[in-house]
Amino acid sequence: MVNIILQIAGGIMLVSMVLSLYRFFKAGSLVDRVIAFDVMTIISISLIALITHISGRTIYIDVALIYGLLSFLGVIIIARYLEKSL
Amino acid sequence: METIKIIGAFITLLGSVFLLLGSIGLIRMPDVFTRIQAGTKASTLGTLLSLLGIGIIYLDIAGKIFLLIVFILITNPVSSHMLARAAHHIGVKKANITVVDKLAEFKKREKNDETQKPETT
Repeated sequence: MVNIILQIAGGIMLVSMVLSLYRFFKAGSLVDRVIAFDVMTIISISLIALITHISGRTIYIDVALIYGLLSFLGVIIIARYLEKSL
Repeated sequence: METIKIIGAFITLLGSVFLLLGSIGLIRMPDVFTRIQAGTKASTLGTLLSLLGIGIIYLDIAGKIFLLIVFILITNPVSSHMLARAAHHIGVKKANITVVDKLAEFKKREKNDETQKPETT
């Protein structure tokens, strides 16, 4: 029962990732692309947490933590660069 | 014990539905600023709910998951705020139905003050 529900949740997350990938490729401006990238990284954190359940190894939570840290830093650096204050 | 795990799985399912809604908003919104709104709020709540569900299923790693939840809750609004400010700074086109823009009014007033200063002194 738990397995089936979590597989459905993973499928929904993959669909939403494909939708934001569509926005990533069909963007109006550069900021649009960065937003789509940000949403994709946030969805990836949830997917990595689901991989914890699928593979049964709890080390993947640490991977998700570092991934969130790096994506936050990347978005901040891109925003500072766009503001010409880096 | 099994019912608690099923409740956690349903919370994860609810979080993934919120993530889907955020992505649909990312596609359907007309403007950069409204896309930031849709993409950040919905996906923050979705990620929080999915991590909470996983933490309920695996209670032994709940500490790390709590750390991750606090981290996302702090950093995600900050990054979207920085992006919105940068987008306003480089002059991204707003939608036609935009009603109010307080930052543009503020910048205009500041510029007027700067130009009026040399005349008064």
